[in-house]
Amino acid sequence: MTVTKTETLPVRSGDDVVRVRQRVRALAVEIGLGLVDQTKIVTAASELARNTLDYGGGGDVLLEIVHAGMRKGLRLTFEDQGPGITDIEQAMTDCFTTGRGMGLGLGGAKRLSNEFHI
Amino acid sequence: MTTDGAEVLSKTVTQDEAAILDAWNAALREGTSLQSGRIREAELQTQVKAVFGQLRDALASGGLDADAVGFASLRETLADISRSRAIQGFTPTDTANFVFSLKEPIFEALKRASGTDATSLAAGIWAAGKVLDRLGLQTMEVFLASREEVIGRQGQEIAELSTPVVRLWDGILALPLIGTLDSARTGVVMENLLQAIVDEEAEIAIIDITGVPTVDTLVAQHLLKTVAAARLMGADCIVSGIRPQIAQTMVHLGVELNVVSKANLADAFAVALRRTGRKVVRQQAAVEERR
Repeated sequence: MTVTKTETLPVRSGDDVVRVRQRVRALAVEIGLGLVDQTKIVTAASELARNTLDYGGGGDVLLEIVHAGMRKGLRLTFEDQGPGITDIEQAMTDCFTTGRGMGLGLGGAKRLSNEFHI
Repeated sequence: MTTDGAEVLSKTVTQDEAAILDAWNAALREGTSLQSGRIREAELQTQVKAVFGQLRDALASGGLDADAVGFASLRETLADISRSRAIQGFTPTDTANFVFSLKEPIFEALKRASGTDATSLAAGIWAAGKVLDRLGLQTMEVFLASREEVIGRQGQEIAELSTPVVRLWDGILALPLIGTLDSARTGVVMENLLQAIVDEEAEIAIIDITGVPTVDTLVAQHLLKTVAAARLMGADCIVSGIRPQIAQTMVHLGVELNVVSKANLADAFAVALRRTGRKVVRQQAAVEERR
């Protein structure tokens, strides 16, 4: 797998979440994803960016365009220096949240992606 | 001959005023600010005269520090000019060039005044460069600050404009949502909708999300809260404008919208009319029905 393009964006405010979404959409269009896949990855990026902001206290996201043979893809890495997740399995469970959201962000983002690691 | 740059510069500017002004005006005429038609030549010349006069006085009061008290009135004038240019829509280049185009005329005048005295010429040019660069930068700072003010005001205007509640029929309201739904905006949206339900005695509210580019769990949660609040007020909600890709994404996310939803606003309106005991028919057909 080769990486052909990388960029880093900050995630420190609500405006940054919007910017991350716009950038991810632009890259998804650039590598020729269909409308459904664009929407999926943009939504997943939105969930994770908001988690980074709300629970991780802000951080950065690394956007990469990756090639594997004929396939092209987008890899997003969200990084924060927050308190961490005590029980990842529990956090991935739907409807579990330590905040006031719906508790669907992490699980939903996993279902929207082809590969997903915490 | 003196080699104090400030003195050389001040003396040259005072003695050679007419020639410098002519050359500066000529340089500005060649620039693009006049051609763009945003400013008249007479107005530009007034500005040129005012700025030059104040520059001469400031230099005569001594010093090259453009941040000093002697330059205060000049800074004010330049700030005014720059602010009005930002609002009139000048490019940054045009605005900065207003100051920077004074360089060449002054350098020329210094050359004439110094003759063969290279030391005094160099000192004068260095002094002129220092003062004019600083003034140019200040002009740009004011220019950018004014631009940001304009952008900030537009942002506020957009926020105020973006959440209308429209009445489609007796007791039927529509709420077309456009753009990003953050917490602040959904608060305004919910407030507007609930108030409109009271004012219009609405039974049905249609929330149209065609203009919302991304529906993630936060947006979905806001929508559900709005629907729940409207229900408490006695109005049913229909969510319309869910595009195919959004529908797929929401299923993957695991969000369940426990409300009636339709693909577009027209369908939602038809449902609302039916529920309130109305129907839309073609005129021709209605006449035939009556026979």
